[in-house]
Amino acid sequence: MSQTNAQTAAPYPNRLESSPRLRSLKKALGRFFQNKLGVAGGLFLLILVILAIFAPWLAPYNPMKQDYMAILQGPSAKHWFGTDDLGRDVLSRIIYGARVSLKAGIISVAIALAIGVPIGLISGYFRGFWDEFIIMRITDAMLSFPSLVLALTLAAVFGAGLNNAMLAIGLVYTPHFIRLVRGQVLAQREREYVEAAIAAGISHWRIMLRHILPNAWAPIMVQATLSVAGAIISEASLSFLGLGTQPPTPSWGSMLSEGQGYITQAPWIAVFPGLFIFLAVMSINVFGDGVRDMLDPKLK
Amino acid sequence: MIVILFIVSVIIFSLVNVLPGDPARLMLGQEATPEALAALRKEMGLNDPLYIQYLHWVGNILHGDFGYSLRDHSPVLKTLLQKIPVTLELTFFSFVVAILIALPVGILSATRRGRLSDYLGTFFALSGISLPSFWLGILLIYLFAVKLKWFPPSGYVPLSENFGKSIALMILPAITLGTHLAAELTRMLRSSLLDVLQSDYIRTAYAKGLLERAVVIGHALKNALVPVLTVGGLQLAAFFGGSVITETIFGIPGIGQLVVNAILTRDFPVVQACVLFMAFMVVVINFLVDIAYSIIDPRIKLGEVSKG
Amino acid sequence: MSEPLLKVEHLDVGFKNRKSFVKILDDVSFDIQPGETVCIVGESGCGKSLTSLAIMGLLPPGGRIAGGKIIYNHEDLTKKSAKEMSNIRGNEISMIFQEPMTSLNPVHTIGKQVAEAILIHQSVSKKEAWDRAIELLRLVGIPSPEARVKNYPHEMSGGMRQRVMIAMALACRPKLLIADEPTTALDVTIQAQILEQMNELKKRFGMAILMITHDLGVVSEMADKVIVMYAGKVVETTDTKRLFQNPRHPYTQGLIASMPRLDKEVDELPIIPGNVPAPEDMPTGCRFSTRCPFATELCRTKAPGLYGDEAHRVSCWMYTNEWAGGGQEHATGETIKL
Repeated sequence: MSQTNAQTAAPYPNRLESSPRLRSLKKALGRFFQNKLGVAGGLFLLILVILAIFAPWLAPYNPMKQDYMAILQGPSAKHWFGTDDLGRDVLSRIIYGARVSLKAGIISVAIALAIGVPIGLISGYFRGFWDEFIIMRITDAMLSFPSLVLALTLAAVFGAGLNNAMLAIGLVYTPHFIRLVRGQVLAQREREYVEAAIAAGISHWRIMLRHILPNAWAPIMVQATLSVAGAIISEASLSFLGLGTQPPTPSWGSMLSEGQGYITQAPWIAVFPGLFIFLAVMSINVFGDGVRDMLDPKLK
Repeated sequence: MIVILFIVSVIIFSLVNVLPGDPARLMLGQEATPEALAALRKEMGLNDPLYIQYLHWVGNILHGDFGYSLRDHSPVLKTLLQKIPVTLELTFFSFVVAILIALPVGILSATRRGRLSDYLGTFFALSGISLPSFWLGILLIYLFAVKLKWFPPSGYVPLSENFGKSIALMILPAITLGTHLAAELTRMLRSSLLDVLQSDYIRTAYAKGLLERAVVIGHALKNALVPVLTVGGLQLAAFFGGSVITETIFGIPGIGQLVVNAILTRDFPVVQACVLFMAFMVVVINFLVDIAYSIIDPRIKLGEVSKG
Repeated sequence: MSEPLLKVEHLDVGFKNRKSFVKILDDVSFDIQPGETVCIVGESGCGKSLTSLAIMGLLPPGGRIAGGKIIYNHEDLTKKSAKEMSNIRGNEISMIFQEPMTSLNPVHTIGKQVAEAILIHQSVSKKEAWDRAIELLRLVGIPSPEARVKNYPHEMSGGMRQRVMIAMALACRPKLLIADEPTTALDVTIQAQILEQMNELKKRFGMAILMITHDLGVVSEMADKVIVMYAGKVVETTDTKRLFQNPRHPYTQGLIASMPRLDKEVDELPIIPGNVPAPEDMPTGCRFSTRCPFATELCRTKAPGLYGDEAHRVSCWMYTNEWAGGGQEHATGETIKL
């Protein structure tokens, strides 16, 4: 959004000419780094990714190791985030849980992208009966389901477990991408360069992949980033309800679910995993906002 | 709308029919003889081709027959009718919470742009969107029920039975469910108001001699609500999804809790009915949102929004 | 001369950037007599709109009056609170804008919008305000106003909307009407109708008009007095007749030369070469020196003041004793005695 009224505030013609690609990339990165929240979100994400990758080296304890001498202990120097009802170290479980959450977030969205982008692309490009009456109607219908309920049902169909949960979440997010990509394609298709390409006899596939898709890429990436946040919450919700990651594998959602029963005696069991879900989702959101502002300052 | 409901029903039917597990066996239990199973299958029409089963199912629903629970053999419609008011009460209160937060915070944020109240508002919107509702619910229970003992931790009493107790029990769940929507609406209202406040007709309103308050409330708000409504409409589906978690945490016997239990116990007729009901509500409310558009903005004719 | 209705004195207006303050209007002074039509002319970006918004106290976000006074009715408007200003806006001084298509609120009927202007400043019932709104719409030439009051802006043409804006502005019989390019967005025939309507209403109500325009055609039809602005400064002020017969500032001369005329057939209209300098890198001397065909070293290094008398002032070194260049006769075609 422009800071001031364009008509009166910037009365002089803008003298910035369109710049070559490198300069615009540099400018875009500059815009990103001006967004301090986005940078902070990115940093926190980086830490999470490092924690997830190097979990075996970074976690102070084995996340599955039960220690009956140390049940339901509060946070201490030995156990920063305390221990759970089986004496397992909450911090170590959170570090291992980061693996599950990040994996679930990324793979679910990858599935949604892999299915949604081609369908949206083809549907929007060729239009016609299939697009109007089959794809769009099904998409509309899918979007009228509460996404969590749909994910729950799908997860039940596929059977409990992380892989199936990721598939279920991916399918639930697919219609969003179909819609987005289709909308982008419809907008691009009206442009002159596409007509020129068709007139020049370039094949439809080439136009779609080489001309339309690259131009629609920015909003897709932004939506994908923000969807990772949603997918992490969805996976945690499924695990919370018992249809996601199965015990004893630590995941943030199942830890919360287990901790809920001890909320009076040992609130830390539920509070810390929830805090990490919250922080992870928030940093992805601010990071995604930053990416959006970077790719296109006009989008908002 | 009819078409969408039709596709919705097909999706639900096919989903539930690929759910693993044999309804007949679920009804009769593990010790049932093969003959009894076969007889029941035949009676339930499970041997018919799928499309016949589908038509049968839809036909029954149109007659108000949602089948019987595989668990306790009670009619699904009866259970559903018991649970619907509970969920509607929860969603209503959550919606009220969301509006009560979003309107003032959004307006304050937009009109005091770049000042402390804007930063606080933006921070609220940002964290509200990222808060997982199950965590928020647990935190609220810990803080207000366990520590401060202001509210009972969980349970449900119908409004008609004990009004005060019912409200007291509803407050924490309504905040849990309403916060996310409040955050979304705040964010949307802020950016939409900021947009509107730069338009020429706002300048005209000031030029007439109106003060800021009258300009914002009388001229800007109505225009800013159009995009907010869009988000509100889209969020409704998520709202019902959220009720699943909220009802589970707070032990509220509504549709959300019912559907989770039904999914976990593979009680197909109940799953079908609940999911169908939720999707139906979403479709109906989206239709109402379309009508609301044309009331708010005279430029929009009915039915033009959803197609854009 | 009688007491002026509005007196703008040494007005400086600018915008706060990230760090610095960029001055857009520099030392702008003029006054408006009761019942007089004054036009401010200049290219887009010379600060004419900003001047009018500053008078109304409606500067866009970040805009600030850095110095000077705006005297109306013996009081300095720049010192007034938001509440006090709102009693003047739409009541004593009202304004119409360039964009009739977007200046009306799309979600309210035009009747409601006109009636609101009455209700804000006068204690009348809603019913009375509504009836007066109908009368006002009739006055500004809207056919069958009884039916039109219930229309929404999108159901009307641009010309009709501008008439609604005028009706709204006249609701409380203001003493001064500020019109910021009121006809620029309209068709030529509609333009003429609206201008004629404004002249008629002006006579009827005896109000003064401050008209902002870039169109010298509008000036010749409307103005009693003209203020020529360039890059945030007043460069010439005089009455309309003198301006067209004897333009002194090279910028004014350029503007008039680039005006299409009916009496002379030309292949190509002359234009003033170059662009208005950006506010951040204003030349130290005369602001027009970067484009002026007569500019000398003096012009480039030292900014001229406003010279001349009440009837005709100009901000150019050529009309002073310090001028040594030979362009004077060239520029004016006559010898000027100051």
